[in-house]
Amino acid sequence: MNDAGAAIDAVWRRDWGRLLAGLAARTRRLDLAEDALGEAFARATERWPVDGVPANPPGWLTTVAHRHVLGRLRAEAVAGRKAPLLVVPDRAPAPDDDAGSAPDAAIADERLRLVFMCCHPALDGASQSALALRLVIGTSTADIARLFLVKEATMAARLTRAKQRIIRTGIPFAVPTDLELRPRLDAVVRTIYLAFTAGYAPGTGADLLRADLAGDAIRLARLFDELVPGDPSVRGLLALCLFQHSRRDARVADGRLVTLREQDRDRWRRDEIAEATSLLRSLPRGDGYGEELRLQAAIAAEHSLASEAASTDWHAIAASYAALERITPSPVVRLNRAVAVAEASGPAAGLALLDGLDDALPASHRLAAVRAELHERLGDRVGAASWWRTSIDRCANDVERDHLRRRLAALDG
Amino acid sequence: MKYMILLAGHGTGPTWNQLSDDERAGYMERHHAFGRACAERNGVEIVAGEALDDGSTATTMRTSPSGDVTITDGPFAEATEHIGGFYVLDAPHLDVVLELCRILPPYDIELRPVLEVR
Repeated sequence: MNDAGAAIDAVWRRDWGRLLAGLAARTRRLDLAEDALGEAFARATERWPVDGVPANPPGWLTTVAHRHVLGRLRAEAVAGRKAPLLVVPDRAPAPDDDAGSAPDAAIADERLRLVFMCCHPALDGASQSALALRLVIGTSTADIARLFLVKEATMAARLTRAKQRIIRTGIPFAVPTDLELRPRLDAVVRTIYLAFTAGYAPGTGADLLRADLAGDAIRLARLFDELVPGDPSVRGLLALCLFQHSRRDARVADGRLVTLREQDRDRWRRDEIAEATSLLRSLPRGDGYGEELRLQAAIAAEHSLASEAASTDWHAIAASYAALERITPSPVVRLNRAVAVAEASGPAAGLALLDGLDDALPASHRLAAVRAELHERLGDRVGAASWWRTSIDRCANDVERDHLRRRLAALDG
Repeated sequence: MKYMILLAGHGTGPTWNQLSDDERAGYMERHHAFGRACAERNGVEIVAGEALDDGSTATTMRTSPSGDVTITDGPFAEATEHIGGFYVLDAPHLDVVLELCRILPPYDIELRPVLEVR
């Protein structure tokens, strides 16, 4: 990628959310703000390779986007239309919103306003997540559509409806009051976790890892940890994401998935693991969603703290999964628990825990792959080959499917 | 913006007539508290608010596409929850309304923005 392309990419990842938040607050037109920012990035793609990267890229984009909004507003005025406006309560007066001039705290605050607006309980859950990905992180509508397994046009329509609903029902561009804040945190945490997962494990397509997107989600989690210091859900989420994100450099090699067992642990980010560990230690045992996240972080910690795969404490991991299953009896948790139990107590014990999961996970390539692995370890080559084939048929991620094919080939060889 | 606040009783809950005197006094106190909170809040004004007699006193008038009018006794048949009262509130945004409505008795509440028809 050339310098201009890299600069556009970087500013997109780093600044999309705060630029949009600034534009939305300033123009009070969510629809126009989003269109205009997209337009400004398109303009940058044309101009920057020719004119060079401007000294202040976010400032350049804001200026272009704002000019675009003003043009649209003039056109509407000429046509005699008057659109309803976004409610922006109690906004601190800022002399100039051009990025770079506003203080950091104000920027952080406006991104939080954007997240809380997107995650308002008066919007349905699927719309909340999609909208937050689009508006806060700048994920393309096509990518969000793939994440939610719908057509791009369907997702575009859903996003438009959600934005209209915000305006028409008077959902404010604001951080909720203390009274409303607590109950709404879990919704936001779920949304951020979904955004992280979208980057960490894209279900379809050619990328195995979109580390930049995952990094954005972590930045959001950090913002929330500052806003509500010590909130168990937020802090548990941050710890969990940091543990997983710390392995990003080791997780893919030459476009291939590298399993946890095979990863080069020298490539794990030790500073992030240390931060996650200290966050995890600050969390007391709790209940509800916060405890779910804490247990998942504790599991990730066991992996991160083992100096080599063979020294992993699988009994501790199996115990955490059992605790997790008591809180959320889900088939996915059971599947993960079975893997841990197989490592701790042998493949037969793991397979026994998979009984009855097929109805709940009829299309899961992971369930088939785990069965294949455990049959292979038991020495059942015929059973293993059959399950590897099933998992290959079900897998939608190109890189992961290649990995499964190699496992089948290794069995035959 | 203005919001219509529709107050409905739970389908299974007691109606106003089934409440004890103490319970009624408690309900009324919460309506008064709601009124005081609205008065104290910047940018909030109660435009209208009334209690309604129960569904057995309702009359429904329907007009068919061809213009025929039929009149029947009773409320909209579809409503499983009986609307017992309403407010029209002018407020800066939805969160202010949601916060204030927490003060009201434990109704099921539907909030609808009032359309500005020019």
